Amino acid sequence: MITVHRLVKRYGLKPVLRGLDFHVEQGEFVALLGPNGAGKTTFLRILSSLSRPTLGDVTINGKRLPQQASDVRRMLGVVSHLPLLYGDLTAEENLRFFARMYSLPNENRRIAEVLELVGLSSRRRDLVRTFSRGMQQRLAIGRAVLHEPEVMLFDEPHTGLDQDACTMLDGVLREVAVRGRTVVMTSHDLARAADLASRFDVLSRGVIVSSVQRAAINPNDLLVFYRTAVEG
Amino acid sequence: MICWYSIELRLKDEPLKARPIATIDQPSAAVKMKPSVKGSLARAIWAIVWKDLAAELRSRELLSAMLVFALLVILIFNFALELDARTRASATVTAGVLWATFTFAGTLGLNRSMAMEKDRGCLDGLLLAPVDRSAIYFGKVIGNLVFMAIVEAVVLPVYSVLYNVNLFKPGLLLVILLGSIGYVVVGTLLAAMAVQTRTRDVLLPILLFPVVIPIIIAAVKASTGFLQAAGWDEIMPWLNLLMAYDVIFTAIAFMVFDFVVEE
Repeated sequence: MITVHRLVKRYGLKPVLRGLDFHVEQGEFVALLGPNGAGKTTFLRILSSLSRPTLGDVTINGKRLPQQASDVRRMLGVVSHLPLLYGDLTAEENLRFFARMYSLPNENRRIAEVLELVGLSSRRRDLVRTFSRGMQQRLAIGRAVLHEPEVMLFDEPHTGLDQDACTMLDGVLREVAVRGRTVVMTSHDLARAADLASRFDVLSRGVIVSSVQRAAINPNDLLVFYRTAVEG
Repeated sequence: MICWYSIELRLKDEPLKARPIATIDQPSAAVKMKPSVKGSLARAIWAIVWKDLAAELRSRELLSAMLVFALLVILIFNFALELDARTRASATVTAGVLWATFTFAGTLGLNRSMAMEKDRGCLDGLLLAPVDRSAIYFGKVIGNLVFMAIVEAVVLPVYSVLYNVNLFKPGLLLVILLGSIGYVVVGTLLAAMAVQTRTRDVLLPILLFPVVIPIIIAAVKASTGFLQAAGWDEIMPWLNLLMAYDVIFTAIAFMVFDFVVEE
């Protein structure tokens, strides 16, 4: 469960988040929509403990940020538009490295499971720099779920992927992210968000301006909902 | 019981298959993390060192650049100073040229080592790991120290041959070790700061050189002392300065690294 109360983030004098309130229940998949510069990435960086809030309270599964950042990081899996992987290591070596950083026992078994999950078992010994963008993103998801996180944060995971790679990624996202996990995903792609998420929140000018459950909206009306929220 | 299925994604012409790999009721035993803080810290430090060495073994980007640069610096000094055979072998010149070479080549390595983390967002990947951030710092320090030691191990025999000086003296090797530790301890911290900026290549030497002046002076003086076979009373103050610098800056870096890497 994620609870954010009156979150403010300023870079110097420039406010990016202006008293943002946000709540996600266990198992919810929230698509965070918003125009460029709305503060989506900043918000996700604060949730992932990579950035400190200027003001406000952030709690993830009962642990407060930034005071209990290490505990929070243990239950988080983060995927951004950058793969966060080492090009000069193989797929298996990358996962082994992160397994050691998370102190996972039986790392060989877990790495094999994750490579199966993201469909890269046959490329396990290939250098990541030889992978296509789509394969790198699948491995990035593998890295993020390696330690079985309870909460997953996706920051525009489809950026830079072609249609086939996006479709493949959606398959992995559904399988990996949805089962019992709490998920927050930022996206500019309303159609994909409509396909994956159980709730849609619109972030604009540093606050959540509108929120709707998937059951309460026709997916075809999502664009109208988004425009109304951003312009209003 | 909820079964967690994997979709096996293959190339386009192969079908998708679903098969159970673990269950949420009974998650894989592999994912239960070890509780020991000290153990996980040591494990994380070793993981970072292993990762840096493995990546460098593949790419050879960092070491080859450092080595070529170091050898070029030695050659340039040789021609630029127009030294005769006697002056070339003098202790003062040897210590000065050696430490200038290590300093310049070291800066190149420190810059590249941190840039590698930043370029693909890997630094964020490291910072997301649930380990004390000092593990990241010490892992990078040990990795950088290994690279610096390799460069020094190549430079010393080359210098010995070109300048006709015996550099394989235990005292001198001790000074090189202490000097390198101090240089890398400060350099890794400042490289982590510089890498967050757009002008990181220029910024690191500007930040680093003023801070390491005491260590360069102490290292040059102590090296000269050992090359001239001077007495301990002449060398010890400089060795003490080197050791004190190493301890103090390791402690400072340990305390501030967390703030340096955080936004």
